[in-house]
Amino acid sequence: MTSMLLAMDYPGYVATGWLGAIGLVGVYAFATLRRGRKLSRRVPPGDRRWS
Amino acid sequence: MTDRSPDLDADVDVDTTAPDHTGSPATRVLGLAALATLVLWALYGLVWSPPDVNQSDAVRLFYVHVPSAILAYTGCFLTAFASGMWLRRRSRGWDALAAASAELGLVFVTITLVTGSLWGNVTWGTFWTWDARLTSTALLAVMLVGYLALRRVEISPAGSARAAVMGLLLVPNVIIVNRSVEWWRSLHQTSTLMKLEPSIEGEMLTAFAVGMLAGALVFAWLLIHRFRVAWLEQQVEQHDLEAAVAARRAEAGVPQTTKTTEAQPV
Repeated sequence: MTSMLLAMDYPGYVATGWLGAIGLVGVYAFATLRRGRKLSRRVPPGDRRWS
Repeated sequence: MTDRSPDLDADVDVDTTAPDHTGSPATRVLGLAALATLVLWALYGLVWSPPDVNQSDAVRLFYVHVPSAILAYTGCFLTAFASGMWLRRRSRGWDALAAASAELGLVFVTITLVTGSLWGNVTWGTFWTWDARLTSTALLAVMLVGYLALRRVEISPAGSARAAVMGLLLVPNVIIVNRSVEWWRSLHQTSTLMKLEPSIEGEMLTAFAVGMLAGALVFAWLLIHRFRVAWLEQQVEQHDLEAAVAARRAEAGVPQTTKTTEAQPV
């Protein structure tokens, strides 16, 4: 992946754009799942309709 | 200002038998499909599609920028729709959907601004200019931040109604963002795809289409999980409210009722 990016024009821009986007979505997904886990423990199973 | 978020570290009874997450079989399938298309998107976007004649490899930012912009619009439209339904029905589900879609809208509009800025520096020679498209998109981001902040300011039906009205106002701004390149002289290029003969074709069009599909699957997966988190927050808030009422009743020597009435949706 690194060598492929370095062979491109504007590798820094392409890498920042792609990794930044994937990273932001990844961090947001992780934070959402973590928050869901913490909250789930405080709610009766009957109120978690997806369980 | 009051933070609506419940105290996650509060000392409470923990149910150890039920699964403690927001996942379900459907979200697991959706998540796997999203991951698979993300890999395909990266291969098309970074490897299999050729560089552009004019933009060279900077065109690869387009495969992130445009899908994220469309998903940001989707988040705003969903927020507005859910806000309208909340004003009409006052049900907790619509409120949770509005909160979830606004957050996702903000995530994707941020990606749109960052990737657009990077692309702008390559093609225009500047990261930022007060162009109509860029300015209206930045305003959309500010409105989403404002909407999410407003939701946390006042925990009451009136406060929620104000937030819902602001949610409705996202739609006119999305229309302005989308049409700005037609209405005003703009550095930003006009629509590449939304016309009878798109300006891209072949593997470049495929890279964009796969990116759009991957983005849509990720968006749907995130929306479901975030909606469930918002639902859980509402349940915890109601539980805390009932506990507080019971404590006050006990202090005042009022007999406990067996069942409390459901809190107003917020």
